[in-house]
Amino acid sequence: MSPLKIKKGSSKHSAYDLRDPHAETLETHTLAVIVDNESGVLARVIGLFSARGYNIDSLTVAEVDHLGHRSRITIVTSGTPQVIGQIKAQLERMVIVHDVHDLTVEGPAVQRELALFKVRGQGEHRIEALRLAEIFRANVVDSTLESFVFEMTGTPEKVDAFAELMRPLGLVEVARTGVAALARGL
Amino acid sequence: MTRQMTGAKMVVQALKDQGVDVVFGYPGGAVLPIYDEIFQQNDIRHILVRHEQGAIHAAEGYARATGKPGVVLVTSGPGATNVVTGIVDALMDSIPVVVLSGQVPTFMIGSDAFQEGDTVGITRPCTKMNWLVKETDKLAETIHQAFHVATAGRPGPVLVDIPKDVQFAQGTYCPKPKAKTDHYAPRVKGDREAITQLVEMIETAEKPVFYTGGGVVNSGPAASQLLRELAEATGFPVTSTLMGLGAYPASGKSWIGMLGMHGTYEANWAMHDCDLMINIGARFDDRITGRINAFSPNSTKAHIDIDPSSINKVIRTDIPIIGDVGHVLEDLLRIWKSRGRKVNRAAVGRWWQQIEEWRSVNCLAYKPTGGSPIRPQHALARLEALTKDHDRYITTEVGQHQMWAAQYLGFDEPNRWMTSGGLGTMGYGLPASVGVQIAHPDALVINVAGEASWLMNMQEMGTAVQYRLPVKQFILNNERLGMVRQWQELLHGERYSHSWSEALPDFVKLAEAFGGKGIRCDNEADLDDAIREMLAFDGPVIFDCLVEKHENCFPMIPSGNAHNDMILGEVDTQGVIGSDGAVLV
Repeated sequence: MSPLKIKKGSSKHSAYDLRDPHAETLETHTLAVIVDNESGVLARVIGLFSARGYNIDSLTVAEVDHLGHRSRITIVTSGTPQVIGQIKAQLERMVIVHDVHDLTVEGPAVQRELALFKVRGQGEHRIEALRLAEIFRANVVDSTLESFVFEMTGTPEKVDAFAELMRPLGLVEVARTGVAALARGL
Repeated sequence: MTRQMTGAKMVVQALKDQGVDVVFGYPGGAVLPIYDEIFQQNDIRHILVRHEQGAIHAAEGYARATGKPGVVLVTSGPGATNVVTGIVDALMDSIPVVVLSGQVPTFMIGSDAFQEGDTVGITRPCTKMNWLVKETDKLAETIHQAFHVATAGRPGPVLVDIPKDVQFAQGTYCPKPKAKTDHYAPRVKGDREAITQLVEMIETAEKPVFYTGGGVVNSGPAASQLLRELAEATGFPVTSTLMGLGAYPASGKSWIGMLGMHGTYEANWAMHDCDLMINIGARFDDRITGRINAFSPNSTKAHIDIDPSSINKVIRTDIPIIGDVGHVLEDLLRIWKSRGRKVNRAAVGRWWQQIEEWRSVNCLAYKPTGGSPIRPQHALARLEALTKDHDRYITTEVGQHQMWAAQYLGFDEPNRWMTSGGLGTMGYGLPASVGVQIAHPDALVINVAGEASWLMNMQEMGTAVQYRLPVKQFILNNERLGMVRQWQELLHGERYSHSWSEALPDFVKLAEAFGGKGIRCDNEADLDDAIREMLAFDGPVIFDCLVEKHENCFPMIPSGNAHNDMILGEVDTQGVIGSDGAVLV
């Protein structure tokens, strides 16, 4: 059976996705879901994931168009290609969903996360933490004589790496926003 | 022109603008303003049920028998929670239902007020969409949107929750044409290239089968006509799911019977052995597929469905076509005809020979007792013989009787068969028969029931009597939860745990207590006369048909088995369900 000639990444018609939907490999996808900014909309989307047993690795949501009354939900999820296809189709058919973009399939995308790290330390540890922060381009946004709060923006991997380095230097607390993502180019 | 009116009046006005002629409901504190408006008009008929679950099943029955959305009106809290089963039922079977529920006043929401429930929260996962309306100005538009969402694309239930202060307050009425609905517009036209690809497969297929479902019925009468034309023109065999019965006539020459767990031998074998499966508006439900990895192993599968999420959900599809069945079949027929109406007649002829061989097994054969007790299959065969020439609508409850009804009654038209397929809701049939009879006052409406299911919503006999609805309750009474009993026999070492009723009512007296007529029959020799007596009575009847208590429903694909691995009858059924199948339901 020759595959249908539907342009790749055409996530509006995810059933026509050319990837083998029955491969067993787990994939991680970043989805941008444009929704009406109504009460209960987040519950609706999250409820879909819990009801059908899909994973949520990360989720962010905020209004992005006040006049148009739209919010953007960025979801990082993982599953087999068949499950990813189902997630997109299930999202797309929801009445409050305007668009679903699979940023993993639709081409290169920028993914960023903001994180805050509270690190307690004195002496050498404190200096080392500052030095590493500089390498990672993290900013100091709060300081006491015994602690820093660093602010950093980067990919989830970069945030993970920084947290790992800070752990032996006195990492107390981490707050992360989850991933926000946009496709590159126009 | 702006029209100022109260929210309660808006509700009634919006229903009129939507062409609603009947509402099924039950009053309560939080919907009193709306009931007050209903009292002061005559365009919309209100049917007072005896329990809110009855209201929604009646609305489902009405919707399925007419193709129009059913409307339910209930109060807050328990009124709303009582319709939840019906909402899930409508979601599973894709039935358009609009539920309007009262809510405590906006300023009391969240205070645990009397009869407060988080209705939109509770129904969010089981509606296509729901709304809590907090401003009277938005009420009319929301109701118009609700009707649009319930009926557009794959139909389903919606709910509008209306706080009592919103019903009392004045606001501006939004007429139907001004309501914004364009943001929800599922595509109805199928992809032309994919349809052409299916046409190519149709031209060369040697062992094709049409596997049709509820989507054909939901698409409207035109879709059923197109299916008939396509089946006649190609000569391909047609089978259907439980939900799709009647879309292709049971008397049609391409009909090979229902498929699935209790489908015919020939339909299931055809599904297993075919080389081209054309799924039209069905969803590869687990009652249909049996064991997934043994499902029709050598076929190319085309799937026509209006819901993209149905594609590749369970079974991998080679030719997915997203669109409305009616539109797609129209394009399909046009393209097929323009290419010269080709099919591989010789091969399809051989395929039919094979199907006739399977058909000769005569999988629905049974031995009438000729006396007492009555064989349930025989009761239905006689019911079929004595009613098939009537303008007949059938509803069912859930269980063995439901499967026997599907097997032994023939449906030649769509919208004549209302049964709870996806959710399997016991207690569906009686209220559904009420809704159907309201829609078709002069038709013969029969609820084929089991006594256990029937008792679950038996209060609706009161509704039938109040509105003089001559619904016939045809109860196959085996004093057992027959399907549960059957599974316990096959799967649980004949330990019949709680699958019989020790204290059943006298159904004849029960009918009389409600103000209807009761008929009891316990002998096959008396069956025809008793059925005629039921048909002749102009009013609701409970027909207590005492049947063999231990009859099993066959043929059967046991859980975890493939289509070509069926049990045909009362053979040795020990160990037919393996340990893998035992965890399935």
